[in-house]
Amino acid sequence: MTVKTATGAAAPMPKSGAAAKKGFWAWLNKRMPVDEFLATQVTEYYAPKNFNFWYYFGSLALVVLVLQLVTGIFLTMFYKPGEATAFDSVQFIMREVDWGWLIRYLHSSGASFFFIVVYLHMFRAFLYGSYKPPRELLWLIGMLVYLALMAEAFMGYVLPWGNMSFWGAQVIVNLFGTIPGIGPDLVLWIRGDYGIADATLNRFFALHVAAVPLALLLLVVLHLVALHEVGSNNPDGIETKEKVGADGKPLDCVPFHPYYTVKDLVGVGVFLVLLAIVVFFVPTLGGLFLESPNFEPANPMSTPEHIAPVWYFTPYYAILRAVPDQRMGALLMLIAVMSFMFVPWLDRSPVKSMRYRGWMSRSALAIFVVSFIVLGYLGLQPAEGLYVVLARIFAVLYFAFFFLMPLYTWLDPVKPVPERLIYHAH
Amino acid sequence: MADHAGVAGGDEVDLSRRKFLTRATIATGTVGAAFAAIPFIESWTPSERARALGAPTELDISKLEAGQMATTVWRRSPIYVVRRTSDMVARIAGHDADLKDPNSDHSDQPAYAKNPVRSRSAEFLVLVGTCTHLGCLPKQRFAAGDLYPSWPGGFFCPCHGSRFDLAGRVFAGSPASINLRVPPYSYPKEHLLLVGADEKGAAG
Repeated sequence: MTVKTATGAAAPMPKSGAAAKKGFWAWLNKRMPVDEFLATQVTEYYAPKNFNFWYYFGSLALVVLVLQLVTGIFLTMFYKPGEATAFDSVQFIMREVDWGWLIRYLHSSGASFFFIVVYLHMFRAFLYGSYKPPRELLWLIGMLVYLALMAEAFMGYVLPWGNMSFWGAQVIVNLFGTIPGIGPDLVLWIRGDYGIADATLNRFFALHVAAVPLALLLLVVLHLVALHEVGSNNPDGIETKEKVGADGKPLDCVPFHPYYTVKDLVGVGVFLVLLAIVVFFVPTLGGLFLESPNFEPANPMSTPEHIAPVWYFTPYYAILRAVPDQRMGALLMLIAVMSFMFVPWLDRSPVKSMRYRGWMSRSALAIFVVSFIVLGYLGLQPAEGLYVVLARIFAVLYFAFFFLMPLYTWLDPVKPVPERLIYHAH
Repeated sequence: MADHAGVAGGDEVDLSRRKFLTRATIATGTVGAAFAAIPFIESWTPSERARALGAPTELDISKLEAGQMATTVWRRSPIYVVRRTSDMVARIAGHDADLKDPNSDHSDQPAYAKNPVRSRSAEFLVLVGTCTHLGCLPKQRFAAGDLYPSWPGGFFCPCHGSRFDLAGRVFAGSPASINLRVPPYSYPKEHLLLVGADEKGAAG
């Protein structure tokens, strides 16, 4: 028996140990299942033992969420929403509040890092088929987290009331105007005025600091509840719950704590180093994390030469601009975002992990990743000439990944999947 | 239910009655919740103050030179007022085949601007200066051949490349699908443009 587990006699906390204990801890556990919760969710929550690099990003997303909540709460103490006050209050934070620049740059860089982490987390799911049954609902809740995050990031970008904030809001809110029939009235309702105005800024502030974060927290909790019900997938895409030992514990798993808490701490360390490098040395990252027109106050009478959203939205923005019809462009952009939701049902492959899939699935994923990155680059460029042609080509490849998925995953020559995890002790 | 005090039969639960009552309660509650949502939803509509600030606005056009454009603001949108020369008016014609909506059938304008020059008189063009694509400000490119050799002059949106002619009509190949909007407007006095109100009264 080579399985290494920290269970059995050495288990750190016995189940329902409240009866055996005394004092405050016993008092507490009689009234709230603290021990039971920690055991089932942490110390006796079993995770496959072959997690690799790609499994850092779930816990990192939680770390960034906490970073955004803490820095965000502090920013609201100094920020003043309102057409006349917003821009100046951000300058006040940057120049006159002690450490204000640090708190704000942590928050603005944190937003970009949130998307980096989430995109890598999603790539992991594609790599190892983590969206396939029984994890379809887990994937769907994750996609709702992604949508909430996009709304949160968009409204957060409006708050500094720079010129790109204003015109970004103008472009995105006007997307709702392309909905047939109700479009123009809907846009007026969202803005609360005949243009992007004080009313718009104030409601975006309320949504950004209260409504969406609450929804985000709820969705993250649901994501974790669903994860702990079905258990984590792994790089081999094998259901580890099915292979249990004599003690009823999964043979190919280790308890989340201490094994993965320790591993994830290493990831957090590396992540914080990277975050610090950006925050201290390149907080705007050459216009990628904070765009230069946003250092000017909002001006409704002057459009920036070239409007582009922050990098994490540019793949979709490139698709929007590639279509020479506004309604079709907005519709394709919506489909581009929503396509992810259908992946659990589009993928017909009998195996989960790319390790056991054939060249078709692997090539398709590679083409998709390249398309996503190229579209992201094109969304930052002006919509003219060769850029538009390229955007159309890569938009077709982007959609082909999703719409042809039932076909190529069905035809794909797959390899046999082993019974147990492939694991080499270090 | 007259014999509810009876023996065995009286203790039986009438499941269909219970189901009906449960569903009726849920339905009533849902209707109530929908009505309760109305004040919250309507709080997002433009406030009285925003509506008052959206009142019609005046512009003295006596000093506008031929071939020039003046910009005023109405309802937070720039209003472009162009005093077209006879040459500019002539350049409106002749490219109907290149336009998405040459007769303004699908576009947004008052009846008196639904004509080839899209204005009350050929001389003065009044447009809402926000692109019908996604709301950027199209820039004036009035000179013929300014964008490309066959360019008849008009407006160009730098955001997503929409092109409009000197009557604000959109060229095919632009992401915008309809012509630039014409606001309701009138001339209460000579050389006095009133944007936002016409014979029908102020815009709703």
